[in-house]
Amino acid sequence: MDLQILLLLGQDGITNGAIYALLALALVLVFAVTRVIFIPQGEFVAYGALTLAALQAGKVPGTIWLLVALGATIAVLDGFRLLREKRYAKLPPLLIFNVGLPLLAAAGLFALPAGDLPLWLQVTITMLVVVPLGPMIYRLAFQPLASAPVLVLLIVSVAVHVAMIGLGLLFFGAEGSRTPPFTEISFELAGAPLQGQTVLVVVASAALIIGLYFFFERTIYGKALRATAMNRTGARLMGIPPALAGKLCLTLAAAIGVFSGILIAPITTIYYDSGFLIGLKGFVGAIIGGLASYPVAALGAILVGLLESFSSFYASAFKEVIVFTLIIPVLLWRSLTSRHVEEEEE
Amino acid sequence: MIRHLPLAAFVALLAAGPQWLPEFHITLLNYIGLYAIVAIGLVLLTGVGGLTSFGQAAFVGLGAYTTAWLTTQFGYSPWATLLIGLALTGAVAFLLGFITLRMGGHYLPLGTIAWGISLYFLFGNVEFLGGHTGITGIPTVSLLGWELKSGDEFFYLIWLVVLLAILGVRNLLDSRQGRAIRALKGGGVMAEAMGVNTPRTKIVIFLIAALLACLSGWLYAHLQRFVSPTPFGINMGIEYLFMAVVGGIGHVWGAVLGAGLITVLKQWLQDWLPHILGQSGNFEVIVFGIAMVLVLQKARDGLWPVLLRLLPASARQRRLVDAEALPRRSPAAAGSVLLTAEGVTKRFGGLVANNNMSLSVQAGEVMALIGPNGAGKSTMFNCISAVNPASEGKIAFLGESTAKLRSRDIARRGMSRTFQHVRLLGQMSVLENVAIGAHLRGSKGVLAAALRLDRGEENRLLAEAAKQIERVGLKEHMFDAAGSLALGQQRIVEIARALASDPCLLLLDEPAAGLRYQEKQALAELLRKLRGEGMGILLVEHDMDFVMGLADRVVVMEFGEKLAEGEPEAVQRDPKVLEAYLGGVE
Repeated sequence: MDLQILLLLGQDGITNGAIYALLALALVLVFAVTRVIFIPQGEFVAYGALTLAALQAGKVPGTIWLLVALGATIAVLDGFRLLREKRYAKLPPLLIFNVGLPLLAAAGLFALPAGDLPLWLQVTITMLVVVPLGPMIYRLAFQPLASAPVLVLLIVSVAVHVAMIGLGLLFFGAEGSRTPPFTEISFELAGAPLQGQTVLVVVASAALIIGLYFFFERTIYGKALRATAMNRTGARLMGIPPALAGKLCLTLAAAIGVFSGILIAPITTIYYDSGFLIGLKGFVGAIIGGLASYPVAALGAILVGLLESFSSFYASAFKEVIVFTLIIPVLLWRSLTSRHVEEEEE
Repeated sequence: MIRHLPLAAFVALLAAGPQWLPEFHITLLNYIGLYAIVAIGLVLLTGVGGLTSFGQAAFVGLGAYTTAWLTTQFGYSPWATLLIGLALTGAVAFLLGFITLRMGGHYLPLGTIAWGISLYFLFGNVEFLGGHTGITGIPTVSLLGWELKSGDEFFYLIWLVVLLAILGVRNLLDSRQGRAIRALKGGGVMAEAMGVNTPRTKIVIFLIAALLACLSGWLYAHLQRFVSPTPFGINMGIEYLFMAVVGGIGHVWGAVLGAGLITVLKQWLQDWLPHILGQSGNFEVIVFGIAMVLVLQKARDGLWPVLLRLLPASARQRRLVDAEALPRRSPAAAGSVLLTAEGVTKRFGGLVANNNMSLSVQAGEVMALIGPNGAGKSTMFNCISAVNPASEGKIAFLGESTAKLRSRDIARRGMSRTFQHVRLLGQMSVLENVAIGAHLRGSKGVLAAALRLDRGEENRLLAEAAKQIERVGLKEHMFDAAGSLALGQQRIVEIARALASDPCLLLLDEPAAGLRYQEKQALAELLRKLRGEGMGILLVEHDMDFVMGLADRVVVMEFGEKLAEGEPEAVQRDPKVLEAYLGGVE
């Protein structure tokens, strides 16, 4: 192998690794705060990429119907509860956020010529349509089980993943999509071409990670999430509602997923079920970090990206086998170095 | 007799099935049976043991591909390849379990997801396994000279395996090892303190689940006579778990129910959904996913318990068989030192919970450890019983240092304990809970239990448990669910459980809390009797009347340190003790 191939593969690996790193961070965050192992993380990647692709093709993305349906379900469930408890003042915001805004968004999508809008506006619309699905899914699927054992939450998580895959097929069809690159600029690095899109992905990922750092260190919501992650009961006693922490956390996770999807869409063709494998590779990174350490998870994810790109060069058929078998030595190493204290059930 | 009626009817219907059912239904039933075998393993693993796996489909694939490859390429007999497949699956499951089960419960499912995906891609990309097209021409199976060619014939073999698997798992759960498995869900601490090797128990149930899956795969390969990677992917792994959860994850029959429901529903949805939605695709997963979330939210135990409520309640009181008493350990000589602790310090991060604590317990005495709340008494208990080992200091039990021992090793040497926060398995009967205490006095393994070869020992263990329950005065509650008892009585059940292990040193953490006056009197009487028999008793208690009337010696703790030690009368007059308990004497 010459230097040029090495650079190309490295470039590829780091680009994918940066995406996996973002997902790994989201997974660690969700697990720490809610104890949910968030398998559907990858579906947000696919939904993000495919919603953007649908907008660019001038179609109304199917995800908007999911937004309307979930919003309506929440409005019915919570609306009845509010009526029973006679808390009428809370009804208007509930209806506005869960019914009014999704319907407005749907109307907007039909009225606007989405295909002709500038890219940044399309990206914004994609975020606005897909990201709210995160907290809505938390409200419907996870919140009623907030105190259930990790195992039950994991099964729910897998169930949500399975349902989202099916819905993805319904919304976007079996065809894959690839969006045009954000930038056509290309540099040259030691004789190998360096795509502007690659630089963009790495820079955007790094910026997002730095943004998250400031969110957690400097803002009250970030601190509330950290407090909940450290001690759920303690945070609750200090007035941080676990439901708020859960919704906030899934909003972040969904946003990270959608953002990653938008970044990755021009690099690789995304199908309705591509998210699962992408998300799982983030998982391998997260597991390297023991589902606890953010920097180790991010580094692990980049390692996964590199391993993937090099194994696709040497043994492309066995790319997935190699990446997912990596988890075995990683788990062995973790199990030999960590001392685990049992969680109690029942 | 009545309670066997539904089962008898079910078996009769099955046996008659191929005579009157159309071929399509037999095919469906064959698949339900194959799936049920896998789901039964998941019931044991997830519903009973509290672990889970999404990779069962990969074990099914391992069984199917092993036999497919070896029979078509090398002409092996299917029966030989079954054994090879089981051995291979066992090895893989052991490795996976060994690696992931040492860590939190969620590493096993994550590990199995990864392993499931990885094996799926391996099947699809290895040339000698036929790649994505798979392997065809797998031979039929002959059973005692009878060649099982058609689905009708294979039907009997599949359902025989299903029924045997159900019987085996049910037998297993109703045994010494079964109690150990059921104790896993209550957190490992109690089980370990009763001498259960919890890591081993976890691996064993993971192995059983994997082997059942492999068996299903072998049957599948010889039924279909063709294998390809698709049915062994991660989606199928998820579906198996759904079957077990929907049917009733805690019930062996729930696996059959779940497999039936999901399979029939899938057929039906695959026919109808594409019509309704106007597209083709696997849209049934949307329904499954949503249904799954609803089941877990509204009826976490699945549908089998709902069905069970329709049947007449079977008052299932186990008859206790008179059995020979279990052998007892030779008692320690009266007055000999059982336990010494010197300079024990326990730190939790920066917090020093025990500082330089020392005490000793002799055979035939009651030693009381008292002190205000938060003085570190329970921490000291955990150090002594190695539930949470000391950071520094020497603890010796029967003259042997316990520094390197785990709590189950210490239990084996004759120390048993109760917990301040009661650790009983609420759904199990008092008898079964107490029998967990006698775990180390039996030796029969999983296979003996599944084949019912353990009944002699089992009767002796249960007789011993019953004896201890009578001794502590809870005879009338013997068959009640432990969780239905009052908290004070639950503490007494814990004492019976500890006694069932035939200890020479008994550690009791606040045994009298929540008891009424007369119950306390009875408890004190029991402890006096045990002392008379030469048992050493270390007691943490808040009730001063109880302690002072019973204890031979008292150690007083405050802020993790020893404040005073001596006979009850002397300690009661000690000004330091009075200050700690009553505030300063001005």
